Amino acid sequence: MTGRRSGRPLVPAYLSTGGVARPSRNSLERLSVLTGGEHVPDGLPAARHALLKALDGGSLTVVETAALLELPVSAVRVLAADLIDLGLVSARPPVPLAALHDPDLLKRVADGLRALKQ
Amino acid sequence: MASAPSSSSTGTGGLHLPDSARDLVKILVAGPFGVGKTTLIDSVSEIRPLHTEEHMSEASVQVDDLAGVRDKTTTTVAIDFGRISLAGGVVLYLFGTPGQERFRSLWADIAYGALGALVLVDTRRIDDSFDVLGLVEETGLPYAVALNTFPDSRPYTEDQLRRSLDLDPGTPMVSCDARDANSSIDSLLALVQHLIARDRPETW
Repeated sequence: MTGRRSGRPLVPAYLSTGGVARPSRNSLERLSVLTGGEHVPDGLPAARHALLKALDGGSLTVVETAALLELPVSAVRVLAADLIDLGLVSARPPVPLAALHDPDLLKRVADGLRALKQ
Repeated sequence: MASAPSSSSTGTGGLHLPDSARDLVKILVAGPFGVGKTTLIDSVSEIRPLHTEEHMSEASVQVDDLAGVRDKTTTTVAIDFGRISLAGGVVLYLFGTPGQERFRSLWADIAYGALGALVLVDTRRIDDSFDVLGLVEETGLPYAVALNTFPDSRPYTEDQLRRSLDLDPGTPMVSCDARDANSSIDSLLALVQHLIARDRPETW
């Protein structure tokens, strides 16, 4: 972890959501996968528009979206929940807690890491 | 390094998830400032390490919200993370997580749903790691310790280090050079093998 490395974001966090502090749904985690639709409608507020544009061409996790937009994760949770409500974004949850101890999953992580070694 | 290609597109710097991405998991790389968390993440991440700005006051409540962001006492901290696409549809995220007590609530949010933590320790500053070990044990997250070695690190014995860090005999402790990808991968493997061993029912 290091200090701030870039300039201020274009939109302050509390303005990006239009003053909304809490997401309309609580299910979005850092590793929830966001996928946008084909269509980016006109007239969306700037931060929501920027989020949809970031999803143009592929999916991103919530935390990656936050890093790209230079917004706190909590702001992206609000924006993404709003876009999901509008039917413009879909979200896929990360691996559920109960599956984190799945021996097969852990083995795939270990095998995958071993395969990276040079 | 880590060569898995991700689909490239303008503006997002090739950040979009590969189509094969199925199971997204995370491991915390925890430790005090300057211990080499970002160096380790950088050595294995397929993307340039990114960071998010986290507001401490916002993170101090369980329900994540933006209340208090305009508060003048709000401080921000940058949380670095990296990503490794593994064979078999697994995408591993590494979150550099600061260990100080004052990051407690942020810690809880980032630790939620993590497989475990790799705790980086600088043996020249062992005391700095007590906070993070306390936090990780409090969260109940399984962990392994990686000693990030520096040229002027003192040659303590494994036993001395285990005793000063008050480690459980079952907790893996390995040496690593966070600048070296293979060494970083070995440290992560030590953690994952520990997770596999402790989750195996016959060991209960």
